[in-house]
Amino acid sequence: MSAQNQNSESLGPPKGVGPMQRREMWLAYLMLAPTFAIILMIVAGPLLANFWISVKPVQLADLRPPTVLVNERVRGRPAAAGDSAEIEYRLRNSSQEAEVRDVVLTDAIPAGFNVTAVPDVCALNGSAMTCTIGTVEPGWRERLKIEGTVTDAFLAANRPERASKPVISGDADNILTSFDFSLENFRRIFSADEFWSVLRVTFYYTIFGTGGALVLGLFAAQLLNTAFKGRGFVRGLFLFPYVSPVIAVAFTWVVLFDPFSGTVNALLTKMGVVSDPINFFGQRAIEYSLFGIQMEFPLALTTVIAFEAWRYFPLSFLFILARMQSINTDMYEAAEMDGATPLQQFWYLSLPQLMGILSVLFLLRFIWTFNKFDDIFLLTGGNAGTRTLTVDVYEQGFALSNLGAGAAVAVVVFVVLVTFATLFIRFSPKEEGL
Amino acid sequence: MRPGSIILAAITGLIWGVTGIVVIAVTLTLITGEVALPQATAAGIAGLVSALVFVWRQSAVSSGGLQAWVIAAITLFVILMVGSFAAPFTLPLSTVPVWQILALIVFVLGATWATSVCLSGASLGAMSRYEREVIYIRIAKGVGFVVFTIIVALPFYVMVMTSLKSQQTLLANPLDLSIDFSQGLDGLLRSYVELFTQFNFGRYLLVSAYVSVSTVLLTLLFSVPGAYAVSRLRFPGQAFLSRSVLLIYMVPAIVLVIPLYAVFSQLGLRNTLTGLLIVYPATTIPVALYMLQGYFRGIPSELEEAGLMDGLTRIGVILKITLPLSLPALASVSLYVFMIAWNEFLFAFMFLDNPDIFTLSRGVVSLNSSEVPRQHLMAGAVIATVPVLVIFLWFERFLVQGLTAGSVKG
Repeated sequence: MSAQNQNSESLGPPKGVGPMQRREMWLAYLMLAPTFAIILMIVAGPLLANFWISVKPVQLADLRPPTVLVNERVRGRPAAAGDSAEIEYRLRNSSQEAEVRDVVLTDAIPAGFNVTAVPDVCALNGSAMTCTIGTVEPGWRERLKIEGTVTDAFLAANRPERASKPVISGDADNILTSFDFSLENFRRIFSADEFWSVLRVTFYYTIFGTGGALVLGLFAAQLLNTAFKGRGFVRGLFLFPYVSPVIAVAFTWVVLFDPFSGTVNALLTKMGVVSDPINFFGQRAIEYSLFGIQMEFPLALTTVIAFEAWRYFPLSFLFILARMQSINTDMYEAAEMDGATPLQQFWYLSLPQLMGILSVLFLLRFIWTFNKFDDIFLLTGGNAGTRTLTVDVYEQGFALSNLGAGAAVAVVVFVVLVTFATLFIRFSPKEEGL
Repeated sequence: MRPGSIILAAITGLIWGVTGIVVIAVTLTLITGEVALPQATAAGIAGLVSALVFVWRQSAVSSGGLQAWVIAAITLFVILMVGSFAAPFTLPLSTVPVWQILALIVFVLGATWATSVCLSGASLGAMSRYEREVIYIRIAKGVGFVVFTIIVALPFYVMVMTSLKSQQTLLANPLDLSIDFSQGLDGLLRSYVELFTQFNFGRYLLVSAYVSVSTVLLTLLFSVPGAYAVSRLRFPGQAFLSRSVLLIYMVPAIVLVIPLYAVFSQLGLRNTLTGLLIVYPATTIPVALYMLQGYFRGIPSELEEAGLMDGLTRIGVILKITLPLSLPALASVSLYVFMIAWNEFLFAFMFLDNPDIFTLSRGVVSLNSSEVPRQHLMAGAVIATVPVLVIFLWFERFLVQGLTAGSVKG
């Protein structure tokens, strides 16, 4: 390539789409090709595959395609050379629903076993045996017996039939690649009572989690906007929740708020704030009455939202702080001269300047909070009224072993997300460079 | 004398009195394990009066005698002791006397200092709106610092301290987060020793390091050429690409997990580190590409053109000019990707069943069962957190730059 490049440079400046420009284009595509390939494979491909799976009745167990299982053993308890014995193959179709076609069993007869009779379907060629079984029904079971006599070599060996493993080949319909489609998964998830409550919880979690993280971040940025000794240290400390592994902080919160041995509950009860320990992550709601109206406070959901705000405020804090430090100070000096008070300066100068980054952060965090799975899964496992759509994907797909239904929920997640992303692109301020 | 100014000073003192005593009492409780009930009312009144004394002395014309804050501190101490019958933490003075005295000193000095910083320049006479707002903001910031520091530091403190305890002491008094040196170093670190000897955490640590470093290398290998192409070379679709690459970062992992699980199961990649090393770079490449292309744009293209003129190839230009110039960006991208890979949970949890190839995240999850004591879980959390925090603190400047330079993490 180097020689070509040099050649084209010596030809003088290119006009229009010259050879050099075309070469540049191809070079660019070449350099981007690996990225494209892996993203197509791991992101775009699975996205489409998800739609495919969502319209199929796939269970977790279907990932192992139906096959014939075989178990080999020696029967007849031969004791001396010349005794008769038989090698028995027990065969079974692993699936109760699907047939397996063109089943062929191949195995090597163990050394020292003289075959006297084989079943009709089997053929012997030296010590290699091939049994052509053909198509077997769902739930089919069969025993193939090879009769023969044993020699001393056979008796001396330890489990000689284990020397070679029987090999089974066969074709079966794989539900993943067949063309059976059904909308059963969607029907099931939309008709479930809990789906709408899951959707509601998702939105509460997303909106309040995002809002909480932003408000905390804005506050923290105000704290660190003025220079003081140890600011770098405090900034590093404030970033801890965000850079630590989610498993570490989530389990720490679980331990901290544990109703029996948690520090927070021990503090609250010992100091007389509450009489009984509160199960922060396990209690769905606290009932209370306000002006005679019975109300419910969703406790577990609130704790999970608090965790979300706690863990992600550092991100918004960093962005807001970076933006605040880039605001021109002349403006504040002018405002100061005109007698604007600090709160007025914040309200009329800082906030409008921060609106851009705040809205970008809101949209980004909104989408990421919506996508969050780890946090809730580790904190509550989606119990006690905290199951969001993403946790529902896991619940349906893996806990209930219904991959199809899980994929259907994932499709719902994706559709909602695309709606958000469209809004995000429409309304994102371009100058923030995100 | 203006009632407004008096109320402002009084409220400042009240807030710091109450906040201070509660914070100090909780800290005392957690350090000693003795339940220290804060006498909030007495401390509040003491703070209130001492704040008024402070403002009065501060605005007094005569500058002779003791400093204003010394008088305020003495007032605070006396009223607190009288109001709480000499037991500001509701503990008899005979229990943990050293800690109690220390806590009392810290409280008196801390509350006085906070009050005096908030009210410096305040007077009991007329104050302008500007002056009053300055005080509001000082109070809000001060309380904010206290609250933020507590909510950030407390979980980490509990994490470390719990991991150093034994099962019996944890159950006996969950509040006792003191370090019990009497059991010796072996006793203190028992959970860690057991994790490394019986729970195979040494191996998890190695696997995590291997996976994270490999992810970083793979990501750079893919994203450096990609970012260079997007930022420097002209080709149809360039603008679209540079804008839309981040969209990929908004695809939730949970949507990908079912198809990847299905396909990887069939291909035999599921329960392998190879499987993880295919998925992790795919999720980090877009963001790495995005961060790098921004940086590459900032490098003057004249430098590269000079290289081209002198006979370097494009590849040569990238290797000899662009990459050496963008070392800071490469460092921050690497650290960032390392952190993502190290902290990743979902795919490790879904894919790995074999304890020989658990990453730390997966390993810690396996500790979360009723058979494994809590301090082991917390020790596991500490082991998972320490490397990433050390790296973070070491390279904080790079990381903060990288994080804010248009980067992101879900």
